[in-house]
Amino acid sequence: MSALLKLEGVQVFYGASQALFGVDLELAEGEVLALMGRNGMGKTTTIHTLCRMLPMRYGKVWFAGHDISAWPSHRAARLGIGLVPEGRRCFPNLTVTENLIAAARPGYWTLQRVHEFFPRLGERADQSARTLSGGEQQMLAIGRALMTNPRLLVLDEATEGLAPTIRREIWEAIGALKREGHSILLVDKALAEIKTLADRCAILTRGEVVWTGAPGDLDAVVEARHLGV
Amino acid sequence: MAEMRREYILNAVIVAALFAVPLWALMAGEPFIITLATRVALLALAAVGLNIALGLGGMVSFGHALYFGIGGYAAGILAHHAFSGTPVAFGIPGTNQMLVIWAVAMGLSGLVALAVGALSLRTSGIFFIMITLAFAQMGFFFTLSWPAYGGEDGLPIFVRNQFPGVNTMLPWELFLLSFAVLLAALGLFAVLRAARFGAALMAIRQNPDRAAAVGISPFGVKLTAFVISGMLTGLAGAMMADLTRFTSPAMMAWTMSGELIVIILLGGVGRLCGPVVGAAILVGFETLFGGWTEHWQLWLGLVLLGAVLFARGGVIGLLAGREGHG
Repeated sequence: MSALLKLEGVQVFYGASQALFGVDLELAEGEVLALMGRNGMGKTTTIHTLCRMLPMRYGKVWFAGHDISAWPSHRAARLGIGLVPEGRRCFPNLTVTENLIAAARPGYWTLQRVHEFFPRLGERADQSARTLSGGEQQMLAIGRALMTNPRLLVLDEATEGLAPTIRREIWEAIGALKREGHSILLVDKALAEIKTLADRCAILTRGEVVWTGAPGDLDAVVEARHLGV
Repeated sequence: MAEMRREYILNAVIVAALFAVPLWALMAGEPFIITLATRVALLALAAVGLNIALGLGGMVSFGHALYFGIGGYAAGILAHHAFSGTPVAFGIPGTNQMLVIWAVAMGLSGLVALAVGALSLRTSGIFFIMITLAFAQMGFFFTLSWPAYGGEDGLPIFVRNQFPGVNTMLPWELFLLSFAVLLAALGLFAVLRAARFGAALMAIRQNPDRAAAVGISPFGVKLTAFVISGMLTGLAGAMMADLTRFTSPAMMAWTMSGELIVIILLGGVGRLCGPVVGAAILVGFETLFGGWTEHWQLWLGLVLLGAVLFARGGVIGLLAGREGHG
């Protein structure tokens, strides 16, 4: 089976300083891959690179059989990379509905289906996004990515900074998406949830993938070396 | 919610007033007031066009007089050749049919907006403002030195162009025609704003990178909006030339671009009926103070200052409250 997403030797620089030192990563259709690592190890940089929001100096990004290394981000998004950015990042001055329809592309996910999936977005349809709670904004960000009918959902710290009950709701939503067969690339620090959800984990350290494997193989030694603070 | 309903009611009142005032003037035998109302409707139409670019897309075009003037010259030149019985060029005859003139005006304005937009939308902020101004000034100086069509003296339209079933020489019928076109343009604006296109345009205005990340092409959507915007303003120019029976380089002057922006600022940026209110205020000041002092624009300037300082949402914002998205 060929990979849905493939990164080959991706090197990214911020000015003179190098952030990614040849990242290799593969994600199969229907797979949930967790990208892990301490802060500042290049997780968000990797995500922004594969969404084509950051220029690469070396390496290639393949998605759904296309070499998208030189594509602008809106084309990558249309091909099916649906990003839920870190810190929610809705369009604060647009209403909930406007946030959703702005991203709409034809497919399974429609306004109605997103409302069924997150009933609270239906209740707040005409409110501007800035008046939503953090959890609701997160639901909106996920809903907005779903409206693009992505082939791959990319979740960057989707539960960061949320109250525990809201986190549980979001994790349940991600679990439901996995059960429906969505391919998901996940960045998060919640080890317990990752271990139950992810099919595979990849750990980034200083801009390189240093460990990949099943979540069951994440033992105390690996955790202490690559994830412990 | 309550504010949205208030804006609906306010919009209905504004549109009804624009219809009622000339209707009263018709019965009172005041044709001059009907013509003023027609002028309000056509300036509003031009500003509805600009409101798509400026209000929804945040593109501060300081050169929309270019499209207004292109529309005006399309009407003037075609009518001129229809009147004299000479071909425009390559054997193409002139015409005095408004429907043909409008199509030509919108087509030319759209093409020029496509070219201007394709170049200027690569910039933003002050550079965008200056580039759009520069293109409009090129148009202005071109018409100024175009002796075939009157140069700086402009080009008169001796007999107003025709529209099937309408006697365009009667002020009331010309008003009805202009009012109907304005309503159609307002309908288009409302549909665009409610559609995915409008949401995408407003999303780009807020954050183009974020919009691109969800698959919206900032350049493509903005360019489309800019072209539609230019076409509507061009249509307004063609109709205005017929109202005044005159077209001149002044239609393309930078002050005209400024007036359109002022209309939108006064009425409320991005608000459906903002242009109608703004145009009414502008024409009102022009009429009331214009006869009394040459410096009527000073008073308008004070009102504009007040609007910008104390009522950022314009008159609509003042009366209907802030929009959910501003």
